[in-house]
Amino acid sequence: MELINSHPVLDFSHGKKVSFSFDGRDMEGFEGEPIAMALHAHGVKVYRHTPEMRRPRGFFCAIGKCSSCFMVVDGVPNVRTCVTPLKKDMKVETQNGRGSIDLSAGGVA
Amino acid sequence: MKEYKTDVLIVGGGPAGLSAAAEAAGAGAEVMVAEGDLHLGGQLVKQSHKFFGSKDEFAGTRGFEIAKILKNEISQYGGRVKTFLDTTVSGYYPDEGAATLMTGEEEYFRVYPRKVVVASGAQERLIPFPNNDIPGVYGAGAVQTLMNVYGVVPGKRVLMIGAGNIGLIVSYQLMQAGVEVAAVVEGMPRVGGYWVHAAKIRRLGIPILLRHSVKRAIGDVFVTGAEITEVDERFNPVGSPTEIECDTICLAVGLAPSGELLWQAGCEMKYVPNLCGHVPYRDRYMRTSNRDVWMAGDVSGIEEASAAMIEGRIAGLAAAESLGYKVKAEKFEIFWARLKNLRAGEVGDKIRAGVAQVVVDGWEAK
Ligand SMILES: Cc1cc2nc3c(=O)[nH]c(=O)nc-3n(C[C@H](O)[C@H](O)[C@H](O)COP(=O)(O)OP(=O)(O)OC[C@H]3O[C@@H](n4cnc5c(N)ncnc54)[C@H](O)[C@@H]3O)c2cc1C
Ligand code: FES
Repeated sequence: MELINSHPVLDFSHGKKVSFSFDGRDMEGFEGEPIAMALHAHGVKVYRHTPEMRRPRGFFCAIGKCSSCFMVVDGVPNVRTCVTPLKKDMKVETQNGRGSIDLSAGGVA
Repeated sequence: MKEYKTDVLIVGGGPAGLSAAAEAAGAGAEVMVAEGDLHLGGQLVKQSHKFFGSKDEFAGTRGFEIAKILKNEISQYGGRVKTFLDTTVSGYYPDEGAATLMTGEEEYFRVYPRKVVVASGAQERLIPFPNNDIPGVYGAGAVQTLMNVYGVVPGKRVLMIGAGNIGLIVSYQLMQAGVEVAAVVEGMPRVGGYWVHAAKIRRLGIPILLRHSVKRAIGDVFVTGAEITEVDERFNPVGSPTEIECDTICLAVGLAPSGELLWQAGCEMKYVPNLCGHVPYRDRYMRTSNRDVWMAGDVSGIEEASAAMIEGRIAGLAAAESLGYKVKAEKFEIFWARLKNLRAGEVGDKIRAGVAQVVVDGWEAK
């Protein structure tokens, strides 16, 4: 992971390391920190592809205001990964287009 | 759907919102602070530099430490201030006097506040250039969040767009985090930020290219470089572009007030360039044209944390007073004097002229 190891002013106290999956790949990140941060630390910068032009998108604002970082998390599309805390065993996937929901599962609507 | 009642709902837990919470609770009101992010402090938590401003507003203290001071202050009121993290106020319905809130992405609930203080801060601006949507083109705030809050390296080599205070400070912070800054590009013929910050950058050998702008981002999947070009007074490109190798293009081209909820609340708004966007009319107590809604901080006009904190105190106190809680009148006088002092002199010209366009002489008088 590409983390800042020493800093003249700041001390980083990360939480517990947990494993999660990104597009089927196993990864590790810090529990409670935003999903997008964990991905970026692993060099993953593309989080979705736009519905019409299929343009790659990463994050832009990192404060939950611009929708750039939408991904599919545990089957739920359009999750703002820059402000959604990482949990153990989360299934994170690149979002293609607008995303769809599984109505039969019932939990999402 | 779950429902809550509270005296004062504060939207946003940045310096303005926390200060408002402290005063309202100090006066005796029950306060609820809703913060969309995972922590309190707003922009402050990303600021590792020592703040400028006045002593009363913690000048000389590092931004993230100011956030801690404010959090301690509200914690002394115990249960009178309830904070909700990861909770965005998604709508305000003035007719019902209700706000809808969302914790995480799915859990919605409703709050019936007697009064509301909107302290939702600002949003970063984007500038148009081909490929500005690809990953690696990040707002300055995002870069700061990545490196200063979560300790993640934002990139290897960064091109900074904008030589205002934010562009300069973030460039310095990048160097502190061990990231190379290729150059700072600025369209204007002079540096917009404070001289001290520019001097630091120059000492580190980072070129500040005035009268330059970014022409396009290079990269198919993410940024691998940028084309920059010299521009004339009207920002038209002159000469042939230069290619810069970088994996991040950081935009520090200004902020705009995040007034969505104020629009929803029906507050009378005005576009004020000096305050960087649409802002509500307000009286000296920071009350908007909606009698139940106050505001404070960057949402009332882009300024600084120091001003945001005083405005927050004024708004919080006034909201509590309107509910019948006893407040000392001289407190307002003290806060107004501090605000005036902060905006004095040449540096405050722009803000003073901006505020003059939207301040009303008491809503009763209007
Ligand atoms: C690089 C940089 C350096 C700076 N340096 C200085 C300095 O040296 N001195 C100084 O005085 N100022 C400085 N500032 C400016 C200062 O940080 C801001 O002016 C100040 O933070 C504004 O405070 P605020 O509370 O209005 O907004 P913010 O700090 O932006 O806080 C707003 C909060 O509201 C939350 N929010 C927004 N909408 C909602 C919603 N709908 N529901 C729930 N929560 C919501 C946001 O998540 C955020 O936490 C600097 C800014 C930057 C970017
Ligand atoms: S990056 Fe803007 S919402 Fe996540």
